[in-house]
Amino acid sequence: MPHQSGTVFLLNFTVPGTVKDKLTKEWVSKMRFVKKGAFITMMLLVAMVLSACNQPTPAAKNVETKKDVVLKIGGSGPLTGAAASYGTSVKQGAQVAVEEINTNGGVQGMKLELLFEDDAADPALAVSAYARLVDKGMHVSMGTTTSGAGMAMTEEVNKDGFLMVTPSASQKEITRFDNCFRVCFTDPDQGTYAADFIADHEVAKKVAVLYDKSSDYSTGIRDSFVEQAAQRGLEVVSEQAFTSQSNTDFAVQIQAIANSGAELVFLPIYYQEAAMILKQGSTLDVTFFGVDGMDGVITQLGAEYADLAEGVMLLTPFAADSTDEKTVHFVKLYQTAYQSTPDQFAADAYDAVYTITAAVKASGVKSLDEKDFNAKLVAAMTEITVEGVTGTMTWSKEGEPAKSATAVVIENGKYVAYKK
Amino acid sequence: MNRLWRKKRFFLGGLLALLLFVLMHSLIQSGLVSRHIQSLFVPVGLNMILALSLFLLVGMLGELSLGHAGFMSIGAYAGGLFSKVMMHVLPVWVRFPLALLVGALVAALLALLLSVPVFRLKGDYLAIVTLAFGEIVRSLVINLPFTGGAAGLKGIPKDTSFSFLYWIVVFTIWLTRWIYYSKIGLEWRAIRDNAIAAEACGIPVVSRKRAAFVFAASFAGIAGVLYSHHYSILTAEVFGFNRSIEVLVMVVLGGLESATATAVSAFFLTIAPEMLRFLNQYRMLIYSLMLIIVMIGRNTQWAKPKWFQQRRENA
Amino acid sequence: MASLAFVIAMINGINLGSIYALIALGYTMVYGIAKMLNFAHGDVIMAGALSIVVLVQQFHVHPVLSILISVILCVALGVLTEKIAYKPLRNSSSLSVLITAIGVSYLMQNLAQILFGSSLRSFPKVFHWPSMILGSVELKMDRVMTIAVTFLLMFLVLLFVYRTKIGLAMRAVAQDREAAMLMGVPMDRIISITFAIGAALAAVAGFFFGVAYGFVGPYSGSMPGIKAFTAAVFGGIGSIPGAILGGFLLGLAESMVKTFVSSELSDAIVFGLLIVVLLIKPTGLLGKEIRDKV
Repeated sequence: MPHQSGTVFLLNFTVPGTVKDKLTKEWVSKMRFVKKGAFITMMLLVAMVLSACNQPTPAAKNVETKKDVVLKIGGSGPLTGAAASYGTSVKQGAQVAVEEINTNGGVQGMKLELLFEDDAADPALAVSAYARLVDKGMHVSMGTTTSGAGMAMTEEVNKDGFLMVTPSASQKEITRFDNCFRVCFTDPDQGTYAADFIADHEVAKKVAVLYDKSSDYSTGIRDSFVEQAAQRGLEVVSEQAFTSQSNTDFAVQIQAIANSGAELVFLPIYYQEAAMILKQGSTLDVTFFGVDGMDGVITQLGAEYADLAEGVMLLTPFAADSTDEKTVHFVKLYQTAYQSTPDQFAADAYDAVYTITAAVKASGVKSLDEKDFNAKLVAAMTEITVEGVTGTMTWSKEGEPAKSATAVVIENGKYVAYKK
Repeated sequence: MNRLWRKKRFFLGGLLALLLFVLMHSLIQSGLVSRHIQSLFVPVGLNMILALSLFLLVGMLGELSLGHAGFMSIGAYAGGLFSKVMMHVLPVWVRFPLALLVGALVAALLALLLSVPVFRLKGDYLAIVTLAFGEIVRSLVINLPFTGGAAGLKGIPKDTSFSFLYWIVVFTIWLTRWIYYSKIGLEWRAIRDNAIAAEACGIPVVSRKRAAFVFAASFAGIAGVLYSHHYSILTAEVFGFNRSIEVLVMVVLGGLESATATAVSAFFLTIAPEMLRFLNQYRMLIYSLMLIIVMIGRNTQWAKPKWFQQRRENA
Repeated sequence: MASLAFVIAMINGINLGSIYALIALGYTMVYGIAKMLNFAHGDVIMAGALSIVVLVQQFHVHPVLSILISVILCVALGVLTEKIAYKPLRNSSSLSVLITAIGVSYLMQNLAQILFGSSLRSFPKVFHWPSMILGSVELKMDRVMTIAVTFLLMFLVLLFVYRTKIGLAMRAVAQDREAAMLMGVPMDRIISITFAIGAALAAVAGFFFGVAYGFVGPYSGSMPGIKAFTAAVFGGIGSIPGAILGGFLLGLAESMVKTFVSSELSDAIVFGLLIVVLLIKPTGLLGKEIRDKV
């Protein structure tokens, strides 16, 4: 419904010769132009001025009171949207580490602070989140939680030179720059390990794959798995896929797997979809095999359906019910803070923070505005060894962690080391 | 209207745009602009172009489109693939404009194809088809071999610069305004108000509708090319249904009457969630609440100023 | 062997379609009478399912009682959103209402995320329905129940709309709003009742959704909402039997394409089919021809 602005409406009632005939179309147009121009200019100026005020000067890194030196770690992840649970896990895992380190006196006399922004797993938002973190005075970056969002942002991090240690962005290209490192496995590696494991331990000969075609994590692992399986003589009898547009109903895929005679179903997916598949495919007589994303499936199923997880195998560097001291301690801290069991993402984030502090210690930097602060931290990464909850890690120059994963089977709702 | 004033206005507008450009550019160069604001230039510019292109369709022609992000996606992939292939063959100043052209053309072509079934449908049925189109594009992008699949298309040369984007945005605003007041703009609005009367006046409705669709799509395609050449990577999820809705909200909030208002609305709706970052996980909640409040406010009596109400009484 | 695969695909399709049909039913009711696309319908489903989860797991309410409470909660939610968000816009363009509905949808999703966390939650075992195995086909009882309830509800709704006074009023409003007002139909009450029924249907759909798929999260309602909207239009929006037909056909199409063509391209192909069907029948399968009166 076209509506007329007040002034144009008034024009219809212009009586020539009176004051009102000043309101010609031309005058109206001029006024509008001036108003628009003034408004736009004003808005832009305000925005710019506000931002200039917001700008923390680099010297703000430094300190008013000697005891308040704070090393700021900045990260981003999806805190809203469909992937929100993963971003939240990363944030919480990192927060647990930061608080633990601070209670133990900080690192090199400095306290840690975690700055975490929402990027909804979107590349553009990840870039603006990163920009905001830079404004807030971040010293070290934790990158992004998801790989898709991280690709554009890593270009920025490379330009700025910050040390970046991402807990969970698993695509190989994320660490293509010298200053980028990761805590978790890369997708291609996991697929290869899985295929090798199945072949080495003769778990099955006929294998089916069910993966998420819209996830780079899932397709990356699937690609290398299928390739390695062919080399190792495993027969891939069925390959089924789903996408994020249809990730609730798996009846068709499960039926196809049942028809194919597979003995093992490889699930390079996350625990949320895995739990759904376990529920919907409960009559399938197969062994389910997953990788690190599968961790957390027991919690996801809950007590009521825990029996569905029996016999599920996975290759995982982290196990929440592991009995080693470090893990027990971490799990306890996390549960006290958040009343839930940490998943792989939280564990990776916890280790990422500890990795950063190890790098800081090893680099020998004494203050935050030391010359070549970033370069020293980056250089230190290849020299450290971190004993984290996701394994003992060292890093190559390419940014990849060298660590191993344990193969476990779920028995009685717990992980049990696989014995053949 | 006075011809002289029109000419004057054009030059004054251009001058204003130039002044603003110089101002912004120098502020950026001097480092006075925060990193955060800098990172927002491209999203704001892109959203403005998208909103203006959708304004053509929804505001002027009056047709609801729920799959606009699909055209952006097509343009982005087409332009991105072209640039990747031509990366070492052509120099930037030839390759980039060509990439923009390729993106616009491919999007326009698909819009033409889509317009065949679309214009037999009315209202909400048309909306559904555009929605279906958006989802089809998204699904194809994940599955086709040359679009990079789930990991996305990487390594697109970063050709979009601030200056280039600025002037394209200015051009788009000017063009949209010009179209609005041109013959075809008037015809579109006539079709919107009463298609049968328009047809009776001799306006070829179907052909005009098709033109609007194609035009809107090509500009969305250009926005897509600009996107891909700034972020250097494309993933399928970016151009989903949510994106289409975001752009539609910008257009509707801009009032559907004026191109400049649409651009301003796009500006605010891009900036607002970013400025609300301090709210952390409550950000989207506040945003959606604000959206509802604004929508209700614009349409109910209590929001209108006194003089408007009096006018209603007199009429 | 191929025919068995076909039968299995059919059964899966009907299973899938039953959920879509149930959701589409609510969509089409609200559209037909209030003439608005309630974008937030899918999220009411999510609210219904999630409330059952929370009631059973956190408050240890008896499952059957929790279903009833969930229906009441959804009805309250539906009527409340109508009164607050849609009523002020009753005389504005449908586009404005659509945008507001989108705002409501986002609001519900984000509110759910803040209140109940972002991960998917396991849906509790409410009824212990056995599965029957016929040869290599598994007939799940819960799916049969879904289909039965969907048809039952459809009949009830049709009965209500065509045999009661309120139903008559609803039909009047659907046909010509101004005339109905002139005839003394209490517009506010009728529209509230419409939304209430729509929300109740959504709550039931939410329950069956949870049973079928096992997990619910804040964003679970989004995709089913879109698909059901598609189904409703497919069958002719505003037509109640059309919504059911559209839902089942969409489910069948999706299942067939997934089984015989490609499971990852299924969405593209099914949406493509939709466009083709709309080419042939522009107002949907059972939709009424809109005659333009000058």
